[in-house]
Amino acid sequence: MGSANLSEVAYLPGTVTRSVKLLVAGHFGAGKTTFVGSVSEIRPLRTEEPITEASVGVDDLAGLPRKASTTVAMDFGRRTFGGVALYLFGTPGQQRFLPMWDELARGAVGALVLVDTRRLDHSDEILSAVEKRGLPYTVAVNEFDGARRYPSEEIRQALDLAPSTPLTVCDARDQASSAKALIVLVEHLTSRPETLA
Amino acid sequence: MTRPRRDPDLVRAYVVTGGVLRPSRDVGLVTLLVAQDVPGQGLAPEQRRVLGVCSRHGALSIAEIAAHLDLPPSVVTILAAALMDSGHLAVPTPVADVPDIDVLKEVLRGLRQLV
Repeated sequence: MGSANLSEVAYLPGTVTRSVKLLVAGHFGAGKTTFVGSVSEIRPLRTEEPITEASVGVDDLAGLPRKASTTVAMDFGRRTFGGVALYLFGTPGQQRFLPMWDELARGAVGALVLVDTRRLDHSDEILSAVEKRGLPYTVAVNEFDGARRYPSEEIRQALDLAPSTPLTVCDARDQASSAKALIVLVEHLTSRPETLA
Repeated sequence: MTRPRRDPDLVRAYVVTGGVLRPSRDVGLVTLLVAQDVPGQGLAPEQRRVLGVCSRHGALSIAEIAAHLDLPPSVVTILAAALMDSGHLAVPTPVADVPDIDVLKEVLRGLRQLV
């Protein structure tokens, strides 16, 4: 662990004084990191937080709960708009990290939930985790090449989405397409009376 | 089965922050920070590293500082909060007090230009 290479550090312009945090959630392989990378103006960065988690098994000999240490990695990107820096955090989708979401959700104004139609059933626990934290969210289907396209009504039903939850499609590799999905989210956020408070 | 009694990463984080477990102020991953014109003598090595990556001319978020220094965000949060207490770091001063809804609208305008 050396010192930072300062030539790689992209400082914000002096005019930027505000920041906005959005989560890009989704199950493993839903395209979160690709999505973040397509919108980010900097090479996406990664933070790693060591945590100790109680594992489900017990120690064979002692019969005591065993603790395992692990690392929660988060990839994030940044995009500057005028005086505001938008930060997009790809949140780890693995089930064992869901308890970490209290910390991840802190300070976030909303979440975009990315979904792969080939693994719709994997999105349930992600949606529950977002809802449990009271985070406003929208859903974007990441249209992978070769994946079957479904009518949006079928997807809504499969995900058990509330009628008021916007659902859109995107290609996470494409900046304009990812930006459109974020527009749907931010419009949803600005239309909520709670946001205005 | 043998295993380390303590998680070395977690112990290390505790040592790096000088035994402080919680930040002294409410700072989060996207809190923006700029360096102030205050001499850094007498600071602990890890505090100097955090200060060293910050600039007086442009802000960085806590998350960016953590990523560049390869330190856990929780550790950087504690170190940065202490550096704010000592006047070495500050949040950038907005020209005007812009309501949150206007900040989101600025993001929306910017996103629309990417489409």
